[in-house]
Amino acid sequence: MSARLFRLAALALLLLLAVALPAQADDLAEAVAGLGGASFAEKEKAIIALGTLGDPRAVPILHALGDDRLRKAPDGRVLILDTVGGTTKLSDAATGQEISGVEADSLDRIIVNNRLRGAIDAALGALTLFSPERDARLAAAQDALRHPSAATMALLDKALAVEQDSEIRAAMQQSLSAARLFTGSKEERLAAIRALGTTTDPQVKNLLDEFRNTPDLDPDLRKATDEALAAISNRLWFTGLAANLFQGISLGSVLLLAAIGLAITFGVMGVINMAHGEMIMLGAYVAYVVQELFRAFFPSGVFDAYLIVAVPVAFLFAGALGVVLERCLIRFLYGRPLETLLATWGVSLILQQSVRSIFGSPNKEVSNPGWMTGGFDLLGGFTITWNRLYIICFCFAVLGVLALILNRTSFGLQVRAVTQNRDMAAVMGIRTARVDALTFGLGSGIAGMAGVALSQIGNVSPNLGTIYIVDSFLVVVFGGVGNLLGTLVGALTLGIVNKFLETVTGAILAKIVVLVAIILFIQRRPRGLFALKGRTAEAEA
Amino acid sequence: MRAGLVSAEQSAWTPRFWVGFAIALLVLGGVIPVLNLAVAHDSPVAVPDYLVPLLGKYVCYAILALSLDLVWGYAGILSLGHGAFFALGGYCMGMYLMRQIGTRGVYGNPLLPDFMVFLNWKELPWFWWGFDHFAYAVAMIVLVPGVFAFVFGWLAFRSRVTGVYLSIITQAMTYALWLAFFRNDMGFGGNNGLTDYKDILGWDVHLAETRLGLYLASVAGLGIGFLVCRFITVSKLGRVLLALRDAESRVRFLGYSTTNAKLFVFTVSAVLAGIAGALYVPQVGIINPSEFSPGNSIEIAIWVSVGGRGTLTGAMIGAVLVNLAKTWLTGAVPEIWLFFLGGLFVLTTLVFPHGIVGILRNLPWPRPRRVAPTKTPVPVQEPVAIRKRA
Repeated sequence: MSARLFRLAALALLLLLAVALPAQADDLAEAVAGLGGASFAEKEKAIIALGTLGDPRAVPILHALGDDRLRKAPDGRVLILDTVGGTTKLSDAATGQEISGVEADSLDRIIVNNRLRGAIDAALGALTLFSPERDARLAAAQDALRHPSAATMALLDKALAVEQDSEIRAAMQQSLSAARLFTGSKEERLAAIRALGTTTDPQVKNLLDEFRNTPDLDPDLRKATDEALAAISNRLWFTGLAANLFQGISLGSVLLLAAIGLAITFGVMGVINMAHGEMIMLGAYVAYVVQELFRAFFPSGVFDAYLIVAVPVAFLFAGALGVVLERCLIRFLYGRPLETLLATWGVSLILQQSVRSIFGSPNKEVSNPGWMTGGFDLLGGFTITWNRLYIICFCFAVLGVLALILNRTSFGLQVRAVTQNRDMAAVMGIRTARVDALTFGLGSGIAGMAGVALSQIGNVSPNLGTIYIVDSFLVVVFGGVGNLLGTLVGALTLGIVNKFLETVTGAILAKIVVLVAIILFIQRRPRGLFALKGRTAEAEA
Repeated sequence: MRAGLVSAEQSAWTPRFWVGFAIALLVLGGVIPVLNLAVAHDSPVAVPDYLVPLLGKYVCYAILALSLDLVWGYAGILSLGHGAFFALGGYCMGMYLMRQIGTRGVYGNPLLPDFMVFLNWKELPWFWWGFDHFAYAVAMIVLVPGVFAFVFGWLAFRSRVTGVYLSIITQAMTYALWLAFFRNDMGFGGNNGLTDYKDILGWDVHLAETRLGLYLASVAGLGIGFLVCRFITVSKLGRVLLALRDAESRVRFLGYSTTNAKLFVFTVSAVLAGIAGALYVPQVGIINPSEFSPGNSIEIAIWVSVGGRGTLTGAMIGAVLVNLAKTWLTGAVPEIWLFFLGGLFVLTTLVFPHGIVGILRNLPWPRPRRVAPTKTPVPVQEPVAIRKRA
């Protein structure tokens, strides 16, 4: 229904425009003729007229004037001089018709001074409101907010009549309200204040602040302004809160992704895997390699699908490596956690250096696929980017699938059995060695997928893993070892607390405060937020 | 080897041990200076001037390894924060050296170090006060890491944070300090750290004589550190430490305060690490936040592990050997170094859990082999240094 209405309205507008065009053409011709006037004052008037006309055809004329390419023919016509590939070309500025048989050198140049140049720039700025480029129009509409005047108002009115993009229309309405604030009648001003009070734009807030400080302001207006300002502040505070919350959840989800794999290898199996960060790093490099393969061997149309392919590939690659690592190294070190820590640290150094030898130390660029670039504006000034949103979803999906595997499949049952009582599980016929290897592979594979996700929001470099390893361990320890729910709560808490602290203390200090808080927290509850109770808890100590 | 390890207090301080100790001290503190000063420079056995600070650096690393071995090898506490204690000691020394620059800095400010002038600071922050006095700096070198370790250890051991959990939170501590010292607002020179020293106790740090003096001071530090560690490990307290390393709950049930024992040894060890850092800084000429990096602290564990955990000589030998390899490899084939280091981590834990000393001890020596102290059942009678729980 509304779409049809919209189409009808658009049609009506077009018709209007078609009717209006000839009249406009006359105005244009008149203004252009004025450019050829004798005095600078006459020219300035013509330039302003061109600017307020709102006709896109005025743009090349004004550019030509600024570039000293406008000529005056003896018959009073104004011509534009174009140099294309060494040959000069003349055309009528008012009609756009090409003129031949006139010698360019014989024409009078139309001279401008600095004052006129200023006028040209202002006129061009106003005309961008009618530019065919969407971004230019939007920028111009927002820019108009800063020059509230009667002229801007008229222009905006004109531009609004033809504008169809809703975002640009909103910006224009806002700028129009701002202009009315200073020029309109009292009722108009009140309406404008009310309209401006519904935004979250800090610029509008500044404008209203400025307006409120104008001397001899009508008390009604002052009261309305105060209300509008309070409403804006409120909304800005709320937007800030929402933005922080989103960023906190986003950081939390990144931490969670990095820590889920660790929650299995450390939390469930009790193995300290310092090479966990490198599994993440390898996952990110898998994303890079898959991307390069897609670039090289597949048509560009399916390029965006590379990420979908990279996720399982990274899982299998890192998972296989994890199984190998468990079989060749870690199984010899069960029950010796400190030695495991050192040996896996050694593995992490080797993996880092291998990647550095193969790919080089500089950062690799992994591009976002089309469907992950950009974002959308949820509230004024609070943008949600697609890649962050997808990562949050991906992270929860991974956690959900993992919980299902551990709680609902026979493999999960075996994992839990081996964790709780290895000997008894073996007696019951569970092949504990195989379960160990597969569990470790699962944890590593999840780290690999985390790497693919992280490649979408940051740099891919050989040190990627070291950035996350300390944080991941803290998340797992904070949440409580052997507990996926604890890991979830731990990661989100740390992410959100970190982001909110950042607004007060700055990024690095926030991180330090969080680290110290965790160290102190572990003193209070050495087994984390959700500690296991009873005999399982004692086995670790 | 300097001295075979002996099992109990009575047999620890034999003439044999003292002879070995004296020989080692003579080689490090006597022969090397002679080769440096008295032998002609073109002689093949001469120690050139540039090698002296390098050897001094290794000696400092050996002290650091000793300190970690004391807590890890004997008390089972794998601290990943010893790099931080080392750096804290180093920063204290660095602050003293910065204050000695005086008006010779780039900006010629008599009170403020260059980086503070650069950051537009108007006055010396309170924590820099007093560092122009060497005695005060020395006190801080002992106190800062010591008090820090005491408070941290008190919090951790009291709530019975043990094993890998302790390793992880010590690593978190190192990480937090690392981030903190990178900040310019902290007043420790930020990323660049403290450098461009001029002199120490009135001696120009660039002079060969000063460097030899610093080297000798480091050797003295190593000797004293070794004796202190040995004194602790062969004492009754040492035996309690070994016992709690192997079965902490049991020791606690027997009535010993494991918290106090661990706290004591952790603090002593941190002080030793701080002293190593303080000796290290004037010889390398710089201290910056990279010393706090968590990787550095883990690397110390591998020195100890390569030499032989739970043997003091092993820790020192490991530190020197691994760092020799590091100097050589990072110079000759830099890309191999991390493979080598990583391989060491894997191999020592998997194949040679007792390190070089363990291998040497298992060789068929002609004389009757000594038994490692860790394996000897020693009846614990009266705890001396430990408060007995009522």
